[in-house]
Amino acid sequence: MIDLSINGLPVSVPEGTTILDAARFADIPIPTLCHHPKLTPYGGCRLCIVDVKGINRPVTSCTTPVAAGMEVTTTSPTIEKLRKTILELILSDHPNDCMVCEKAGDCTLQELAYFYGIRENRLDGERRVYAKKDDNPFIERNMEKCILCGKCVRICDEVQGVGAIDIAYRGFNAKVCPPFEKNLDCEFCGQCVSVCPTGALTGKAWGQRGRQKDIKEIETICPYCGCGCSITLHVRRNEVIRVSSREDTLNEGWLCPKGRFGYSFINNAARLKTPLIREEGQLKEATWDEALDFIADRLGKVKAKYGADSIAGLSSARCTNEENYLFQKFMRAAVGTNNVDHCARL
Amino acid sequence: MTNSIPEIENNDVIFVIGSNTTETHPIIGLRMKKAVRKGAKIIVADPRKINLVRFSTVWMQHRPGTDVALLNGMMHVVLQEQLVDKGFVKEWTEGFDTFRKSLADYSPEKVEKITGVPKKDIVSAALLYGKAKRPAIYYTMGITQHAHGTQNVFAIANLALMTGNLGRESTGVNPLRGQNNVQGATDMGCIPNQYPGYQRVDLPSIRAKFETAWDAKLSDKPGLTATEMMNAAMEDKVKALYIMGENPVMSDPDTHHTVKALKNLDFLVVQDIFMTETAQLADVVLPSACFAEKDGTFTNTERRVQRVKKALNPPGKAREDSAIILELSRRMGYDMKYNLIEEVLREIGGLWPAVAGITYGRIEKWGLQWPCPTLDHPGTPYLFKGGFPRGKASFTPVSYEPSKELPDKEYPFILTTGRQLFQYHTGSMTRKVKELNIVAPEAYVEINPADAERLKIADGDTVRVTSRRGSIDLKALVSERPSEGLVFIPFHYREAAANILTNPQLDPVCKIPELKVCAVKIETGHGGQ
Repeated sequence: MIDLSINGLPVSVPEGTTILDAARFADIPIPTLCHHPKLTPYGGCRLCIVDVKGINRPVTSCTTPVAAGMEVTTTSPTIEKLRKTILELILSDHPNDCMVCEKAGDCTLQELAYFYGIRENRLDGERRVYAKKDDNPFIERNMEKCILCGKCVRICDEVQGVGAIDIAYRGFNAKVCPPFEKNLDCEFCGQCVSVCPTGALTGKAWGQRGRQKDIKEIETICPYCGCGCSITLHVRRNEVIRVSSREDTLNEGWLCPKGRFGYSFINNAARLKTPLIREEGQLKEATWDEALDFIADRLGKVKAKYGADSIAGLSSARCTNEENYLFQKFMRAAVGTNNVDHCARL
Repeated sequence: MTNSIPEIENNDVIFVIGSNTTETHPIIGLRMKKAVRKGAKIIVADPRKINLVRFSTVWMQHRPGTDVALLNGMMHVVLQEQLVDKGFVKEWTEGFDTFRKSLADYSPEKVEKITGVPKKDIVSAALLYGKAKRPAIYYTMGITQHAHGTQNVFAIANLALMTGNLGRESTGVNPLRGQNNVQGATDMGCIPNQYPGYQRVDLPSIRAKFETAWDAKLSDKPGLTATEMMNAAMEDKVKALYIMGENPVMSDPDTHHTVKALKNLDFLVVQDIFMTETAQLADVVLPSACFAEKDGTFTNTERRVQRVKKALNPPGKAREDSAIILELSRRMGYDMKYNLIEEVLREIGGLWPAVAGITYGRIEKWGLQWPCPTLDHPGTPYLFKGGFPRGKASFTPVSYEPSKELPDKEYPFILTTGRQLFQYHTGSMTRKVKELNIVAPEAYVEINPADAERLKIADGDTVRVTSRRGSIDLKALVSERPSEGLVFIPFHYREAAANILTNPQLDPVCKIPELKVCAVKIETGHGGQ
């Protein structure tokens, strides 16, 4: 373990820990935009600068490992002034459209501007103007809002193993794009969207469906494959308007295209809404009482005539444990047969 | 899974056979990629050049249906190279000698002829797995959906047992379950021969326990599996079928046969969230709530019981499946009373101790992995620590048997089916999601460029694929993914349902159909009618 002090507080962390992680371990806040705990350190945004005694310029805490006896200061008028200037520089080339931005309320850049009280920008200058080019159904790419933190590039490479995008060009012209600036053509997992600190990457399906206000967030489990990913349903007026996933979950916040973007079936107009009974070849609307009485009567008659084993039931790998338990109990105890199975083999 | 998902990243060797993990279980695929970044090596055995091959050290492109030969070949090498874990075999297994002799026939040279995998790859895969410290095997339906699926699984178990690679962290055998709660549905006794918790219906003491708990007389006769039900419906032995949330018209092999069987029933009830292909044949259709509209639990592939929470009200008059069953049961004279849905889980815990320690309160944030017998038990991340429940594990010698329907002059291609990243199972959910259908709009048949050239098929041409059971018309996707002589069709699309073609031959033990191998022919010039 390495002993150091941060803001005069003694901290002890394993060798190889960065100053940033040591500070976060000690619950000392340091602002960041390009840092993500699951990705390699990048040192791009420079917001995480701190003073280290004996070094005569600020260092980026996300890329500097701790050393024994290090004395770190995370905040001072000079440091804060530098951080504010960095933010002003970023904001000098950022569209001022928080009013209509999907990310408002959940945007790291907006939050930092709020904390640093940046309203007017004294560093007005040239702005990047990009034509939108994103002929894909999932991910809205608004590159004028991109702050080049590189999280999307790293996550696509380091976590997803796809490498669909990278930073092209240099200096003021640098931008994140697929090879040859073509349309995005990838696995559409949306991992990049989940880590984007600004409104540069958002889900197309979320557009103007609701941001933070009047949204309920409910933690549940993804309905698709057997991985059991935790998902958060964002619900507004009895409709799922977005799916996300927290980092402290089994799936570490990562989802696949179905889990992240494949939820609109829930509110699809074709959902069955009323019981139906077939009459003269046609399925016709019925009440629950009619339908259930009809089923009870017909199953009773089949059982009386041919025996319980002439009735069979298929349960569902899409239903809950409780429902599956009740279904087999119904088949075994109420109908009286072991003819119950589900699609485990299919 | 005998291990859990977080353990994957600490595997040093990952052996994936019959699983297109990055498409069928994308998030488990991510853990595998993470393991690779931490230094793990991946062995892939798959007839198609799946995505994971890009991350692999060895890729064995074996012919579909030759898994037993391939695995026996690897075990032959393990034996030759003296990589058997003698201590483990002695202490924890039985039947090794007979098993050892059964491998004599499977020299890598011979296995190369059966599987098409070069001898050197079989040897290097065997050495990699045999010498690894924390290896795990991962498989999916590519192993099980064969008429000899049980044999395939035995072969995998043999490989893990002879190398002592079971019962440790990040070391084990891991079938990846394909659907959110297929593990749970099986755990809950929605299988014809077992009550909840894998307790056999034909053992009198067990039956007596459930008769007391449920206050009902229960049948001692094991029931029919899903695939057998369809045959029984054809033979007038099953007269009424109640289907809750399944779509056998799309998911069962030989669709024409399935439809005929369902039409032959006196009475069919389908309870679902959409008017599925199966619901269209029903006498009564009941509208149910989807996952977001109910409370309960799902059990994922690593045995983790996780909390499902209600976020919405169901549309129209749709009701939760549990409410429908309880009400119907009451009307049939068997009243099941629960005040809260959690009481059902409590009842299950009373009958199956492995989940007795799981409550909704405990799994509010993180699920718990069974066995979890008491309220202070932390759950079980990996199974068989310090032994097997039955005492010693048995080796089961298995010999290679060819698939039931092999290519011939008339049907010269092998067809294999599976899932793609952007669609899910019978499509009743994903086909309703606009965005997914923009990137994955229609069925296709993947065909090797050499075969395509021979048949003068260009990428995007409409072709007719025919088996002994039926024909479908769909687009050709000329791709290096399948080997020559092999074609692949995803089974999500009703317009060109792959299961019209598949072979309903069943594995004699577990009754799984041979969905992964059948013989087909491919013709052009039908103009896409």
